[in-house]
Amino acid sequence: MTQTLLSIKGLSKRFDLRAGAFGQTAITVHALDDFTADIRAGETLSLVGESGCGKSTTGFCLLNLHRPSGGSVIYDGQDIAGLDEDAMRPFRRDLQIVFQDPYSTLNPRMTIGEALSEPILFHKLATKAELPARLAQLLADVGLTPAFARRYPHELSGGQRQRVAIARALACQPRFIVCDEAISALDVSVQAQILNLLLDLQDKYGLTYLFIAHDLAVVRHISDRVGVMYLGRLAELAPARDLFARPLHPYTRALLSAVPEPDPRAARSRQRLEGEVPSPLNPPQGCRFHTRCPLARDPCKTKVPAWREVAPDHRVACHAVTGKDQTNWETP
Amino acid sequence: MTALLEIKGLTIDIARDNGPARVVDGIDLSLDEGESLGIVGESGCGKSLTMLSLVGLLPNRIKATGGKAMFAGRDLLKMSSRDLRKVRGSEIGFIFQDPMTSLNPVMRVGDQIVEALVYQKNMAKPAAMARAVELLDLVGIPAPAERARAFPHELSGGMRQRVMIAMGLAGHPRLLIADEPTTALDVTIQAQIVDLVRELKDKLKMSVVWITHDLALIAGLADRIAVLYAGTVVEDAPVSVIFDRPTHPYTRGLLASLPTLAGAAMARLPSIGGTPPEPGRRPPGCPFAPRCAQATAVCQTVPRLAPVPGSDPRHRVACPVVLQELT
Repeated sequence: MTQTLLSIKGLSKRFDLRAGAFGQTAITVHALDDFTADIRAGETLSLVGESGCGKSTTGFCLLNLHRPSGGSVIYDGQDIAGLDEDAMRPFRRDLQIVFQDPYSTLNPRMTIGEALSEPILFHKLATKAELPARLAQLLADVGLTPAFARRYPHELSGGQRQRVAIARALACQPRFIVCDEAISALDVSVQAQILNLLLDLQDKYGLTYLFIAHDLAVVRHISDRVGVMYLGRLAELAPARDLFARPLHPYTRALLSAVPEPDPRAARSRQRLEGEVPSPLNPPQGCRFHTRCPLARDPCKTKVPAWREVAPDHRVACHAVTGKDQTNWETP
Repeated sequence: MTALLEIKGLTIDIARDNGPARVVDGIDLSLDEGESLGIVGESGCGKSLTMLSLVGLLPNRIKATGGKAMFAGRDLLKMSSRDLRKVRGSEIGFIFQDPMTSLNPVMRVGDQIVEALVYQKNMAKPAAMARAVELLDLVGIPAPAERARAFPHELSGGMRQRVMIAMGLAGHPRLLIADEPTTALDVTIQAQIVDLVRELKDKLKMSVVWITHDLALIAGLADRIAVLYAGTVVEDAPVSVIFDRPTHPYTRGLLASLPTLAGAAMARLPSIGGTPPEPGRRPPGCPFAPRCAQATAVCQTVPRLAPVPGSDPRHRVACPVVLQELT
């Protein structure tokens, strides 16, 4: 059994907003609700789902970039959920994040070398004298030459900038990296390069990834386990192989069947999911998917489905699913 | 079948302080009546500019500088902006990627469609409003009469894209150009929009050009695919041929680096090294040569599209190296 790196229990995030011209109405966005899962050392755990499903919120809450509204995140024996900035600082080195758009996260007035030096000097990971060698090593790790240290972000292509963003996360020698849509903005031919780079670095440094993405085909190729989220809740979590071969939750099935296949002869008609994701301002009662679910029955409208292990290492939140091949009621 | 659109030797330049930079370099494309053509390529390959140039919608400083684009017997590139205005909407309809920037945020969506109908079809306002509601119904918007009174921000992304499609169809165009209409949408909504445009194409007997970077998406949509790289067409063939017999090294590389839901899951995907050239920094000869494992001395000269021996008669590729291997 592999070790647990992060143990997450009941993690929730609500955003309280004010609406109306004078902010007279209080409204609550239920961005993340009762997220429970362990992240194992050395694995790639992916979170997938449509916009507003809470996958990025999960990543932000884990790193305390959003302060969670409830729940716990145990790292190294300590609950880091909701720690203030000072208390969080020692953990920041271990827990890093790479964002979708490196252009908006790199300071345009800093050279790449300066951007990479900052975290190294802040965490005292190298002396000024050791710095040039360390920078060269970091750039080499992400497939760039030392000459890049003198360049500015605008001189780089999208793929190169994403390599720099990865190098910056690596600069602290972290154990865990959240990849928040880290390859989504890249072109296909460059996307594969960056994916392969992430996998090489994982092997080399024993990194653990939380990979947040909406492209299911990409996720299938790189993940050990995959969690599917819908409107702030986990719907299903299973080893990648099981999830793609035998999806159990009706939402997972619909999501998979909506993914276009690069095969002109593939059935052009598919299980079409009607309607759209309801607003997280006012999520449906009971199972949040019941308004679009082909299997929905009365209990789904009132009772939140339990998060259960229905097969080894395969968890589902659905009233209809009781086991690997069993359902509570017939599929229509 | 007759060609509805025939583009020959199209070149497009960006005016820069240090002289023009070429972004589209001699594109040849044709589209038959009722055909659905996919134009595939990565950012900056010129796929959108090529189509925008047809209807005179190129941004400032970017100009079509050569070639011709025959649409139903007329050269679009030679038409006055006044005449082009009549082509836009009523003969060639457009759907763009981001409806939020294409729709007027302070105008009810119904009124925006009415505006198009009044202008293009000379309809009276009440009749145009009735037609607008019909169009909203046609694109699958529930309670269309009510939604016609909504402002764009009151609609979801998928609904806004449906409104855009309704506007694109308002003039009953013979050709609909869809420029990445689903890129900003979630996958389940993307599936709905794709099905919708496909249904409408058959119902309204239009030709459709899909511009996309998503090879998987286009597989289920197009009859024929043109693969663009750095402002040139590198391969052009019926959709099944592209996927069964990709011939150009770039097409092969793209397909190989595409993760799929079917087939063996492999951790590491084959990838194409390097990045596409920037406009103005195009290498001489074949633009793909610097990234191509098969490049030889012949790649120093610009390759031309030529038929692939032993393949479908419509299969053309711009790579002398693979063509030589096949003959």
